[in-house]
Amino acid sequence: MSKSEHGAAVDRGNRPLSPHLQVYRPQITSVLSIFHRVTGVGNSIGAVLIAWWFIAAATGREAFAIIDGLLTSWIGHLILIGFAFSLCYHLCNGIRHLLWDAGYGFELDEATMSGYIMLIAAGILAVCLILIGALS
Amino acid sequence: MSADMRTSRAKVRGLGSAKSGTEHFISQRISAIGLVFLTPFFIVPFVVALGQPWGEVISIYKSPMNAIIAALFLLAVFHHLKLGLQTVIEDYVHSPAWRTGSLLAVNLVATGLGFAAAFSVAMIAFSV
Repeated sequence: MSKSEHGAAVDRGNRPLSPHLQVYRPQITSVLSIFHRVTGVGNSIGAVLIAWWFIAAATGREAFAIIDGLLTSWIGHLILIGFAFSLCYHLCNGIRHLLWDAGYGFELDEATMSGYIMLIAAGILAVCLILIGALS
Repeated sequence: MSADMRTSRAKVRGLGSAKSGTEHFISQRISAIGLVFLTPFFIVPFVVALGQPWGEVISIYKSPMNAIIAALFLLAVFHHLKLGLQTVIEDYVHSPAWRTGSLLAVNLVATGLGFAAAFSVAMIAFSV
């Protein structure tokens, strides 16, 4: 039981509270939005690795060898490939969010379409990035 | 009659009861726009430098353009991720102690690492 604005008890029953994520059917728009957050947190971890790499490079050969050894190991390659996809996703979807902020593309069909375009663009960019890294 | 003693003008003055918030939102977008342009120019030389020997990495970041873009990118990225992680913490961490602690940690670590990384790029660029 909770109280109404005037202090009277109101039986809110057993109704679900909004917005409970698990009662919604996953949709492309909501799933992409959640992954924007997930990739944002993931990219933060990647940024720490990048910072470590630069600080180590400035410190000297020995310090650099540690982070270089980590990133060039198989687990390091796995992290970097994941980071490339995460970064490209967040960048492309971020542009989509900025366009919304500017007032464009709010219609449901537009938001769905831009979501698929963004996914394809992010995938292509990530593969290009990985290829540049692998071939250089 | 409303029980609220505040006038309409008093309610809309300043930034409302939250006192802040818009500058966080705006700062997040400004850093996002900056990063849209900085990321491609940072990431290509960086990916090329990754895995190279130390001496090669140093010579790549001795180039003023690579160094300036890398330093700007690092400052912008750590500012942007600080604001982003702050939003995530405010949404999901409810216990006051954990909330304050994690917000403090994110703020200090992001500010410190961003500065340290950008400073390191400068050290590489200015080293002889």
